[in-house]
Amino acid sequence: MDALIAQLQRQFRDYTISLYQQGFLDDQFTELKKLQDDGSPDFVSEVLSLFFEDCVKLISNMARALDTTGTVDFSQVGASVHQLKGSSSSVGAKRVKTLCVSFKECCEAKNYEGCVRCLQQVDIEYKALKTKLQDMFNLEKQIIQAGGIVPQVDIN
Amino acid sequence: MALRDLSSSLSSSSSPELHVLAVDDSFVDRKVIERLLKISACKVTTVESGTRALQYLGLDGDNGSSGLKDLKVNLIVTDYSMPGLTGYELLKKIKESSALREIPVVIMSSENIQPRIEQCMIEGAEEFLLKPVKLADVKRLKELIMRGGEAEEGKTKKLSPKRILQNDIDSSPSSSSTSSSSSSHDVSSLDDDTPSSKRIKLESRG
Repeated sequence: MDALIAQLQRQFRDYTISLYQQGFLDDQFTELKKLQDDGSPDFVSEVLSLFFEDCVKLISNMARALDTTGTVDFSQVGASVHQLKGSSSSVGAKRVKTLCVSFKECCEAKNYEGCVRCLQQVDIEYKALKTKLQDMFNLEKQIIQAGGIVPQVDIN
Repeated sequence: MALRDLSSSLSSSSSPELHVLAVDDSFVDRKVIERLLKISACKVTTVESGTRALQYLGLDGDNGSSGLKDLKVNLIVTDYSMPGLTGYELLKKIKESSALREIPVVIMSSENIQPRIEQCMIEGAEEFLLKPVKLADVKRLKELIMRGGEAEEGKTKKLSPKRILQNDIDSSPSSSSTSSSSSSHDVSSLDDDTPSSKRIKLESRG
């Protein structure tokens, strides 16, 4: 049993570190983890769920605003991008945030092709992050079920 | 496993509980700021717009300022960019109200726009925080509010933007994260049951 816990903990550490190394996450995610304690044990996954709900809503708003035969209202697209940039920055979703910066520039330049490309990328990126974080939360669950403690992973 | 109640252990060591009204249109950000304040032993009320904030404070027109004395909000923290009433407009309304103007108002924004920051300070904002707000920011803010009060009196607050967080505004992300990690140390150590030898250190490559 102990060997299993140790192996899961190692796997969890390596996986978490890889998410930072590959740029999926940044320091702000570490900040969120600091806010999770016995008083609010699911805080991180709750906030991330809200974030992914935001992604679905905002990306569909952007798609609707871009999918028109008439004149595209770039300021409307830009407003959704701005919101997504804010919430991705608040949860430490680094790749999504970085994409939002380019996306915003495309909106300001009224670059339609650029906007469509950014929209596709941002859609792919948030889904990729969601899958990665689900894997991470699953590992946490397995550690706890095995009777272990989820290790704190410090990224400096 | 021992149950640790972080917030109660913190509040017992410090003076009276702060009641903070947090205003933000983003659900994610409301959730984060609420948790940041609660873990710092504050009582928190969150609302999603400036209009709601004014209603909560009893400043929505005909109601006048009834019920205000029971509210005891010690601090208002508001996002700058919101649909409808912006954080700046909310700040102005609060500072125009004789009943509310003593409540410190802190503005948060993800954008580091100097004229915007200066404008808020001139209108009487207590501080300007760059988002995302960190535990260290809240800790410093709390200390500032706790020892505020008496020092404020007799001072001409206007035109002296003394409390812009130079650290956050002028410096690069790397240096601000250094300062936050050092000043939030006591909280993170309370919240940590992993021996430091077991922690993994890693160079950031990002």
